[in-house]
Amino acid sequence: MAPNQRNPPVIAFDNAAYSYGGGELLSEISLRLAPGSFHFLTGPSGSGKSTFLKLCYGELLPTAGRVTLFDREVRGLSRDGVALTRRRIGVVHQDCQFLDHLPVASNVALPLLVSGRPTPARDLSDLLAWVGLGQLATALPPSLSGGERQRAALARAVITGPDVILADEPTGNLDWELSLRLLTLLVELNRMGKTIVVATHDLNLIRQAKSQVSTRVLRISKRRIQLAGADL
Amino acid sequence: MSNAAPENFHDRIVPPSGAPAWLTTFTAGAMTFLAVFALALSLASDRLATRWAEALNRTATIRISAPDDQMALQTKAVLSLLAETPGIAAARALTGEETRALLEPWFGPDLPLTDLPLPQLVELTEAPEGYDGEGLRQRLAAEAPGAVLDDHLRWRRPLAQAASTLRLLGLGAIGLIGLAMAAMITLAASAALAANAQVIKVLRLVGATDSYIARAFTRRFTMRAATGAAVGALVGAAGVFALPAQDAAGGFLTGLGFTGWGWLLPLAFIPLAALVAFVATQLAALRTLRGLT
Repeated sequence: MAPNQRNPPVIAFDNAAYSYGGGELLSEISLRLAPGSFHFLTGPSGSGKSTFLKLCYGELLPTAGRVTLFDREVRGLSRDGVALTRRRIGVVHQDCQFLDHLPVASNVALPLLVSGRPTPARDLSDLLAWVGLGQLATALPPSLSGGERQRAALARAVITGPDVILADEPTGNLDWELSLRLLTLLVELNRMGKTIVVATHDLNLIRQAKSQVSTRVLRISKRRIQLAGADL
Repeated sequence: MSNAAPENFHDRIVPPSGAPAWLTTFTAGAMTFLAVFALALSLASDRLATRWAEALNRTATIRISAPDDQMALQTKAVLSLLAETPGIAAARALTGEETRALLEPWFGPDLPLTDLPLPQLVELTEAPEGYDGEGLRQRLAAEAPGAVLDDHLRWRRPLAQAASTLRLLGLGAIGLIGLAMAAMITLAASAALAANAQVIKVLRLVGATDSYIARAFTRRFTMRAATGAAVGALVGAAGVFALPAQDAAGGFLTGLGFTGWGWLLPLAFIPLAALVAFVATQLAALRTLRGLT
């Protein structure tokens, strides 16, 4: 417990549960994500991985228990408080979600623009080059391939230098080569001190990650997180 | 260090096209067009009421109906009585020519005045301190039995009331037009917000606050309303300008226009329409956003 007291968790679940109208999807979830940790989240389809991630950035509120983001209970946050908290969390969705009428560069810069921060052209250009989209800055999102969209979503998720990056099946639409490239980007970010949580079915990707960086694997089964690690 | 964000980026976050955009511009234009006419009606009524009040307020007429042999005597008695009455600045008997001129519009220029038992008319002008109408009536009844005082009050009052009511109706119409425009723009903004649910979702995902998202929509709808209102105001003013010039024979309708600096008044509807759109969209956006996670 001593390290956790020195570095309070960025995200903490305390006996949290989430129920849809039909029944409980997640129950008795208690865990702490330490700063700079790298977690994979696995489980069968429909087990609640996406719901867990949504609880991690305040899109959903727990129906029981507590979820704490950066030492503040999410249920106590105002709507603006949730918005400001999301600026510290980069999210990569499986379906990416862009503003289709704006070019890739504007979409990637969106988190900076909505928070009123300057968007240095050089930094944006470097970021697009880092994810391999330097030539596609002016392209519109609908013209991108699946892999390009995932990399653009990752660039958007990291442009503000967030403390946490959550990725929901980020390699779901990618071939192995592109999946490795995306993993390399996530590993680089983790080495920069970012907390990473990746929901995935891809066990090969997890094995590959374990060979590069210290990771923990969480498994959701029967509504609970089953595989315990040091962070749990 | 150059900034990668274009200056007008915030105006482009909301996609530009769609029926709500067209509806907002059209509604603002049509409503402003109607408001210009309502304003013209209101101002014309105001001018009319003032004109009638000024023209009639200080004058009165005494009509003397008497046998021929007593007409001159009673006229003289009336003029003498008026000269002694406090509050009357001047009084004079109308000549036969003036009486003919008054009747000419109804009977034509060949009116045989001598064949008709026309009354003698005496016009009096009221002094600023005013006179006692009821007292004058009683003295006329005593000294000139054929004389009747008509101080215009009984028909001036309903006319002035009618003009005042018309002016209020015009202003009320402008208010209703503003409310109708607010309602239409609220519907259009709500439709746009519903149609752009994905845009709102993405903006919320990357940390945009409700006020930022609302501003993005508000800016667009305000600009659209201002554009529509500008067209509506110009077309409306042109329509009013095209009406016939004021003419006494034309009466009220030909006075339905603006005068002098009044021609600039329709331009005031442009910022007013923009303000209505701003408030309506802001309220609709915040209401919609509060319903989202």
